[in-house]
Amino acid sequence: MPVWGVAGPVTTAIALAAMVAGVALGLQAARPWWRLGGSLLGLAGLVLLLSRGAGALLVDAGDLARVSPAAGFWCLLLVFMMLMADALSALRPGPRLRLGLLALFLVGLAALLASGALSELSIMQEYRGRVAGFRTAAARHVALALGSLAAAAAIGFPLGILCHRRARLRSLAIPVLSFLQTIPSLAMFGIMIPVLAWVAATVPGAQEIGIAGIGFAPAFLALLLYSLLPVVANTVAGLDAAPPAAVEAARGMGMTDRQRLWSIELPLALPVILAGLRIVLVQNVGLAVIAGLIGGGGFGTFVFQGLNQTATDLILLGALPTVVLALVSAILMDILVDFARRTPKRESA
Amino acid sequence: MTAGGVLRTALSLLLVALVLWPHAFAPVFAPFAPERGPVIYDRVSLLSLSLSHLGLVAAASSLAALVAVTLAILVTRPAGAAFRPLSRTLTNVGQTFPPVAVLALAVPMLGFGAWPTLVALFLYGLLPIFENAMTALSTLPPRTLEAARGMGMGRFQRLWQVELPLAAPVILAGVRLSVVIGLGTATIGSTVAARTLGEVIIAGLLTNNTAFVLQGGLIVGLFAVLIYDALVRLEARIARRAGAGSARAG
Repeated sequence: MPVWGVAGPVTTAIALAAMVAGVALGLQAARPWWRLGGSLLGLAGLVLLLSRGAGALLVDAGDLARVSPAAGFWCLLLVFMMLMADALSALRPGPRLRLGLLALFLVGLAALLASGALSELSIMQEYRGRVAGFRTAAARHVALALGSLAAAAAIGFPLGILCHRRARLRSLAIPVLSFLQTIPSLAMFGIMIPVLAWVAATVPGAQEIGIAGIGFAPAFLALLLYSLLPVVANTVAGLDAAPPAAVEAARGMGMTDRQRLWSIELPLALPVILAGLRIVLVQNVGLAVIAGLIGGGGFGTFVFQGLNQTATDLILLGALPTVVLALVSAILMDILVDFARRTPKRESA
Repeated sequence: MTAGGVLRTALSLLLVALVLWPHAFAPVFAPFAPERGPVIYDRVSLLSLSLSHLGLVAAASSLAALVAVTLAILVTRPAGAAFRPLSRTLTNVGQTFPPVAVLALAVPMLGFGAWPTLVALFLYGLLPIFENAMTALSTLPPRTLEAARGMGMGRFQRLWQVELPLAAPVILAGVRLSVVIGLGTATIGSTVAARTLGEVIIAGLLTNNTAFVLQGGLIVGLFAVLIYDALVRLEARIARRAGAGSARAG
């Protein structure tokens, strides 16, 4: 079959024209909006070709035939994504616009997946075979990442505030937490297993609340330990960076220690603290994959199952959602940091 | 010797003993092994696993350092300035990619074994080094650069004798970050059949043998901590030298 015969000459011509036009628009160095449009046009052409081509290739193939995109698709996807990233970094949209663009992108992605245009692809067929498992894994992955973030914040904020006040505690806590960060993740997850198995066996009531050597608990604890350093260090750094004049003025106004902390120091430190939470969230989304190795669930289950069976589609089914989740949480946290940075300025103006 | 020095020496000796004479530690690990199960991992010698683990990380990190610093030099020259916003965005986005996902995505393209691990370590190691090198090279004190120009130094002379030495401590901090991440990610490389110390941990996870997990985890952890510490001290030494140099220049 000739190349243009796969998706039909007309479709191929339209998609190719869209991609060429996309690249041409992308070359407009002085017009970032055009480049953004070009990247979207190119992506649209690419997806059109992918969905039509996959369907056409499967028409006379057997039931077990599978179609998956190869290097050409991934390279073009990378090119257009880079074009989009370049246009966006030149445009520097404000937080509101970024939020809008992100929502638009996610809605577009969801619509594309729901429309069934890509349902002939092998990764989507892999997904259809395990919809329930995928939902459980997604929920577990998010629970691991967000749950350990919340726990790290609950422990890390008070610890950070204490470290800010007491230099001796700081010189003890920060090195210990940095040491924890250097432990390789696989070892950390592995070591948690005997620790929690021991806890489950000796502490009464521990087993009833779900603590066991394998599964959710060790993964959660490992993620929590990794999360503490960024939270504590950034809380300390943020509080340290509060301008001495503001703190002095608050003291002059007769504010108590607690009032000063809540109404002056913490609001000023908020952007830095949120930046710490961003690091933690992105890191946790990535590390939660390893939970799949110790029966903790999450997208890692698919990744490691796929690696064991040399099933590329299964690997992708685990890895791609993880990447999207990490990117979305990074963008969302960046937007939050930007909002936090703007608010104090507006109040003072 | 300071307390830190004593601790450092003790940990190094412990590490050497764990790698060379693992059977000497059998009584320590025995309570964690399953009944009648093996206590010490001896399917492959721990020394060869350690060497191949460290070799993978060293190869990937040095290659990453070479490429990242070259790229950082290029985008901080006037001719490459147009690529700076894009490269900054790419490093930011790249660092949000989970290391395990990078490793897993490399397998379909490169098959199993050392190669996907090497490529994932290289790609992931690029980002911190590039980011640090770019920040360091673009925030050098303008007066020093002006002085170097005033002394009649050429572009390459300025780069070799002024800019790179001044940026070295920050670049090294990036290398340290990438080495530590690499040591951890290489452990996961065992899931794609690379020969690393992760093999010991994974063997323990698969057979429910906590002794293996502890043994592998302890060795990798000690390597990571000691290498991290060595690089921190190297950085401090270089920073002191650069600081002394710039103090004299100032």
